[in-house]
Amino acid sequence: MKTQIQSYCHIKNNQVYLNGELLYGLTESNDPAIYLSELYKILTLNYPKFFKMDKQCKLGVLAAELVLRSIPEFEGLNKNEIALVFSNQAASLESDRNHIKSISDKTNYFPSPAVFVYTLPNIVIGEIAIKHKLTGENAFFISNTFDAETMSSYASILLQKHLAEHVLCGWVNLDGNSAEAFVYWLKNLNFNGAENELKNTHNSEQLQHLYAK
Amino acid sequence: MSVYFGAHNIISPLGLNSPSNFDSLLKGLSGVEKQNFEFSESDFYCSKINENKIDLAFSKLGSVADFTFAEKLSILSIQDVLNQSQLDLKDKNNLIILSTTKGNIDILENKYPLFSENRAYLPEFGNVIASFFGSVRTPLIVSNACISGLLAIIIAKRFIENKTYKNIIVCGVDIISEFTLSGFKSFNALSSAECKPFDANRTGINLGEAAATILVSSEPISNLTITSGSSANDANHISGPSREGSGLFQSIEATFNNSEKTSVDFISAHGTATEYNDEMEAIAFSRANLQDTPLNSLKAYYGHTLGAAGVLESIIALQSLSSNTLVKSKGFESSGTSKALNIITENTSKAISSCLKTASGFGGCNASAIFEKN
Repeated sequence: MKTQIQSYCHIKNNQVYLNGELLYGLTESNDPAIYLSELYKILTLNYPKFFKMDKQCKLGVLAAELVLRSIPEFEGLNKNEIALVFSNQAASLESDRNHIKSISDKTNYFPSPAVFVYTLPNIVIGEIAIKHKLTGENAFFISNTFDAETMSSYASILLQKHLAEHVLCGWVNLDGNSAEAFVYWLKNLNFNGAENELKNTHNSEQLQHLYAK
Repeated sequence: MSVYFGAHNIISPLGLNSPSNFDSLLKGLSGVEKQNFEFSESDFYCSKINENKIDLAFSKLGSVADFTFAEKLSILSIQDVLNQSQLDLKDKNNLIILSTTKGNIDILENKYPLFSENRAYLPEFGNVIASFFGSVRTPLIVSNACISGLLAIIIAKRFIENKTYKNIIVCGVDIISEFTLSGFKSFNALSSAECKPFDANRTGINLGEAAATILVSSEPISNLTITSGSSANDANHISGPSREGSGLFQSIEATFNNSEKTSVDFISAHGTATEYNDEMEAIAFSRANLQDTPLNSLKAYYGHTLGAAGVLESIIALQSLSSNTLVKSKGFESSGTSKALNIITENTSKAISSCLKTASGFGGCNASAIFEKN
């Protein structure tokens, strides 16, 4: 059995790539909310929950949407066999700073549950899970840069041990005016040929290669 | 292949090692007290560690002024496990996994004017820990809300079975901060007294702080093992649990399906003492036909220690197995869930050899694992 990176989406600030091709060049802005809203409109998501999300969740939900729309068999899959394995560098610091702002002035003290709930990095997993009814395994890792080795190794364990049959993986990092998502879908194949005959075999080298493209 | 538990440590208001913590529980002591903080006129019931006591203990290991409170708790906890196990972190087969939700969140509160904001980034937390212990491996950091600690142990098991690593030190840590207190208060989730998990009169959570560390190994270093574990998502709501306990039930089912066990001797539940969480758990346990299995929550002893909770509560569960003692679920008087559970109301001596540990958290996440004594 081999695992293939069947589809991958890379959002680097206002540039949106799908499977290595530039899909959209959105409006340049120091505020990622500007181009993320633009992408929401282009994708005609029609998903009011989007507007309640913090920017990092918006980023992750949009990248996941692009990947999942490109998987023809997705709708027919058992949603409890799909794992979500995500990672980033800044955890939830963007929302953390917003919550801190709301409590730093004692004369203007307004902590809000709507902000506080986003002060956990795995909320983006929760948002993607809700949007697509994905109830399988979850894990959120934090690393200084995209850690292709840990991500590929952990996803492979889930697939080999049949703890999941498919894995949606990703790096979703929004920190200040910088936004980056690299989200990809792993599929098991009954492929007995040589590894170099298979396009985008799932291993840490290929993952790092696709990420760095 | 079997995956074994080895040396462990708990740093909490109830002690600086795990035997002293377990003794405190058996005496019925709690770390939860009424606390007053500079930032608020109202008091909070929470389980707060005396920082001076930590500095005194830490001064034997390093310079107190060079580390944040969360770093000091983690280092003290990991050091105790290294002292007991003599594990060599210069060996690339050995790894540290850190489990935390907020790490050095007090950096953002300007508690340490001399440290840069960079220290609030969790990878930097990992670097500080790695460099203190000379670990050749960069620590793996798991930050998955309130299941972080249990999930970190399950992830350790998986990496060891896969032979990626031989030994993994799992350290869970979180501190009490204005950040978390104000946030949970904004949710109206904080109890204004000691919390009462699963009780009819429960009124919410107490927050707590702790560091807890356990060695997970491919070597048969004890008769305690983790034999199965899984996680699952409710896919329902980011801050409220599923009304049907669906994610927790799915996780428990998967955990039993991957185990030879069809029952366990007790359950160490999450039991935060909020209305919705405890009700959700009762429904999930009932759906899994575990309503008669003796069960406790440790939140009335420690408060909710967030990223540390899963590790801390697992260590107490393992000590329960070792000492054949079911620990009383403190704070419980009368059933307060729609499905009745078999809550442990007195410390009980009983031959026990298996435990189900569960956890649930924001983002709809749930985890469960089975621990066994051979």
